[in-house]
Amino acid sequence: MSYIPHTDAERQQMLATIGVTTIEDLFEAVPASHRFPALDLPAPLSEMDVAAELQALAEANEHAGDFAIFRGAGAYHHFIPSAVNHILLRGEFYTAYTPYQPEVSQGTLQAIFEYQSMISVLTGMEAANASHYDGATSLAEAVTVALEATRRKRNKIILSPAINPQYRAVVRTYHQGQNLKFVGDDGSADIADLVALLDDNTAMLAVAYPNFFGQIDDLKGLAEKVHAAGALLVMVVNPIALALFKSPGELGADIAVGEGQPLGIPMSFGGPYLGFFGVKTDYVRRIAGRIVGETVDQDGRRAYVMTLRPREQDIRREKATSNICTNQGLMALSACVYLSLMGRCGLKTVAELSYHKAHYAAQQINSVPGFQVDMSKPFFHEFVVKCPKPVQAINDALIERGIIGGYDLGQDYPHLKDHTLIAVTELNRKDEIGALVDALKEVVS
Amino acid sequence: MTEPLIYDISVPGRCGVSLPDVDVPETALPADLLRENLDLPEVSELQVIRHFVNLSHLNYSIDQGFYPLGSCTMKYNPKLNEDMARLPGMAQLHPLHDDEGAQGALALMYDLQTWLAEIAGFKAVSLAPAAGAQGEFAGILMIRKYHLDRGDTKRTKILIPNSAHGTNPATVTMAGFTAVELPSDENGDVDLEALKAACDDTVAGMMITVPNTLGLFESHIIDVIDTIHGCGGLMYMDGANMNALMGVVKPGELGFDVMHYNLHKTFSTPHGGGGPGSGPVGVNEKLEPYLPGPIVVKLEEGTDDEAPLYGRRMPEKSIGRLKAFQGNFGMHVRAYTYIRSNGDQGIRDITRHAVLNANYIRVKLQDAYHIPYNRYCGHEFVLEGRFEDVPDVHALDISKRLMDYGIHPPTNYFPLIVHEALMIEPTETEDKQTLDEFIDAMKKIAAEAHDNPDLLKTAPHTTPVSRLDEVRAAKQLVLCCRPVEVGV
Amino acid sequence: MGNWKTPDDLKYTKNDEWLRIEGSVGTIGLTDYAQDQLNDIVYVDLPDEGDTLKKGATFCSIESVKAASDVYAPASGKITEVNQALEDEPELINSDPYGKGWIVKFEIGNTADANDLMDAAAYAEYCNSRE
Repeated sequence: MSYIPHTDAERQQMLATIGVTTIEDLFEAVPASHRFPALDLPAPLSEMDVAAELQALAEANEHAGDFAIFRGAGAYHHFIPSAVNHILLRGEFYTAYTPYQPEVSQGTLQAIFEYQSMISVLTGMEAANASHYDGATSLAEAVTVALEATRRKRNKIILSPAINPQYRAVVRTYHQGQNLKFVGDDGSADIADLVALLDDNTAMLAVAYPNFFGQIDDLKGLAEKVHAAGALLVMVVNPIALALFKSPGELGADIAVGEGQPLGIPMSFGGPYLGFFGVKTDYVRRIAGRIVGETVDQDGRRAYVMTLRPREQDIRREKATSNICTNQGLMALSACVYLSLMGRCGLKTVAELSYHKAHYAAQQINSVPGFQVDMSKPFFHEFVVKCPKPVQAINDALIERGIIGGYDLGQDYPHLKDHTLIAVTELNRKDEIGALVDALKEVVS
Repeated sequence: MTEPLIYDISVPGRCGVSLPDVDVPETALPADLLRENLDLPEVSELQVIRHFVNLSHLNYSIDQGFYPLGSCTMKYNPKLNEDMARLPGMAQLHPLHDDEGAQGALALMYDLQTWLAEIAGFKAVSLAPAAGAQGEFAGILMIRKYHLDRGDTKRTKILIPNSAHGTNPATVTMAGFTAVELPSDENGDVDLEALKAACDDTVAGMMITVPNTLGLFESHIIDVIDTIHGCGGLMYMDGANMNALMGVVKPGELGFDVMHYNLHKTFSTPHGGGGPGSGPVGVNEKLEPYLPGPIVVKLEEGTDDEAPLYGRRMPEKSIGRLKAFQGNFGMHVRAYTYIRSNGDQGIRDITRHAVLNANYIRVKLQDAYHIPYNRYCGHEFVLEGRFEDVPDVHALDISKRLMDYGIHPPTNYFPLIVHEALMIEPTETEDKQTLDEFIDAMKKIAAEAHDNPDLLKTAPHTTPVSRLDEVRAAKQLVLCCRPVEVGV
Repeated sequence: MGNWKTPDDLKYTKNDEWLRIEGSVGTIGLTDYAQDQLNDIVYVDLPDEGDTLKKGATFCSIESVKAASDVYAPASGKITEVNQALEDEPELINSDPYGKGWIVKFEIGNTADANDLMDAAAYAEYCNSRE
């Protein structure tokens, strides 16, 4: 199956126009010793044969279409209304490029502007960009904003250990060439321990909300302490949780970042996802990535255009603070359509359903002998369970019963060996929760 | 033609979705932690559909017409790829699922790694980078770690030709190096003398795009590579233009140490109006231990009865994670489908026809426009969008006028080394009739520039909006259409 | 030949800054030529009062819609006053580059720093040479 339309006759006409005999003649500048190597690739397949092969690969995976799933840890199985995918499949959106030519890109530009508006509302921040690759890279870019905002005079970054471990790893990858000090996340520090680390060399302090363990920390007063030290408060947030809980803006955060995957984007084994990025106006000129602004055209009509462009790599080159030159355009569109459909009422319902079902599951699991749920703090839709056996053994038994179990916390937190992180969303029916509880009883008996 | 904002059509109390009732006993919410207001739109499903369909009509896309946007490889995005990425076994697979239960996905990633390595002549590939820019970043971080691991701490510079994409110098700075720009010679190649003069033991490596951003194969690429290797540096190839190389030459065999691929250019995954992309990175033996992770490895060979066993691993001295989980898997599915459809000969034919199409347009337009480096080009070429006898007409005006002909403009003002550059990349999926229509339009516009320049200066005339007030957008920043209540 | 103003009482740099010296106080701005090249200026990223200037180092950046330009210190010293008006009216640099569009005043560390700067005639020639 090839997508090349040329006929033999057309090829000959075109070659004659160029003045060569064969296509190969056009490659004379390539060193002859290395020209036209063998390619050890499989032979081509017809469309139906490719589809059959992919179908077989897909069926070799244990997925949320076939299994009840209680795993989250940064990617969540939420309901996606059919309308989302129908909009995403419009070629006008998905086969367009970055909207550099605004006269023929108003669809993409206005959708991004609406997305930015909804992210601003959700996070309570004054502005949002057109998105980053994912939640982890949004946090890495927040570090750069904090360094710039404190004029590169500070180099200490305080990270809560209750931020997703993969996010913290990504932040370190991004800044390994920058001579920064990352502190706070090597143990089980709580918020007060992190505050104690603030000093006049601190550029930012980052916490997760809900944190990686699903808990909602009471963050009142934290922003004042961070600001008193001259640093920025960054919050890593779950967008569905923000339908219920106080926004980062209300809590005084300077930057709110997070993973937008729960907003109508399938789990897809880890990507593509959506890194949202909300910020106070003071810092908007220091953020990386695309930003769309409102203006008018020559005839006075309201229209949208990418703005604050001189921050970006194609203009500022080696002086740009990031090399990013895309946003997650189509994923931002997903979130925009999803949030439009859900609206004020629907998103809150999704959050409440997840909350109530998670709490019901937590109580049920806590009543199973040998299992103990951490109820020390309020939580949203994810919670920690201490298990009587290694988590891997439990999950192996669950998969036999058609259930994808929780995330094994011992991999990232040695002090949480034999602890599992259970996620529950609106898609987990009561009977699925019952099946999970029954299975756990069987596993330990 | 404009469309109201979704908030403009919102009616209090309306909802576009139906959700079930709670089927479990409810638990009280912690009152002191709750927010009061959530200012999202309130619209019906039909309103949402009409709104976004109307917005889609304001766009221009490959599915509507010719999109010769240089350096972006706007080829056809096969529909099959979209369906495959949406198979439940792909789309509903949790990223932290155990390896044993994700063998289909891991087998797909393993094969894609292997095929990409084969196409560019590398030892190993990581699919982790989320975009080309992340692939570049990974490559330069690997070069950094390679030198540091050898105790070679004085290499602080990365050399970059002045024709490079802006991502290259920005990447260098992000990784903690200093970018040193090299001039181009009169043929559009790297100035070899300047390169030799810049090479010493403080050079960590060089980033170069092949073919370069003029669409030209470096005439003395082997000399460039040998010179950098001679001073102990490593060679990074920006694979943005890989659509000109497949089956023609393998960068790894030329001597490049590391390269990124753009799955959203060469391997037909859609651009999505600005993303998502995917930017895998390939390396030779030297850099293999430093790859970003996780990568997919074969733990057990298969037998006649059983499939091989695959698993995820972090390479031994990895530069680390670039994003959460394992890359943009949905893009991996599309690229896999594309390579599997095309096969060995098809992959080679992609490059052959991309280069044929570009050279055809180049030759057909060389009398109407000045082409500063006019020799056989790769998959794209650059012409000057200006005329000496009508100095007021700029490349931008030609671009805007093309919209009136129903064609997306080429890339404007890049590369920086050509005045009023228009960079044209047709791709292999366009037929001769489409190319001829574009050639006609470009010739008519060249005539209009002389006969009626105002037609160009005031273009476009047929688009949903006319030229925008970009100064106003940057000065009176309006980035959000709702008032936001801010706390402390 | 360009038609850019180059007042006689100022010193000029190759990066298109001007320097006015009044006793130990220096004033820095962007030249008429530079503002013309940048076109509509939409933002000035101002430094803080009290910041140290190092000759040849950048201390401020100026943005138009499609370009950004760094401002380099023509002499070393300590910033004593920042033109806050530019925060709301960055276009002052376009309309009055040598007057209301000044950027910072500073306490000059070493007046000898200004010795290698161009005078008005040399700078005017330098501007024309780049056209």
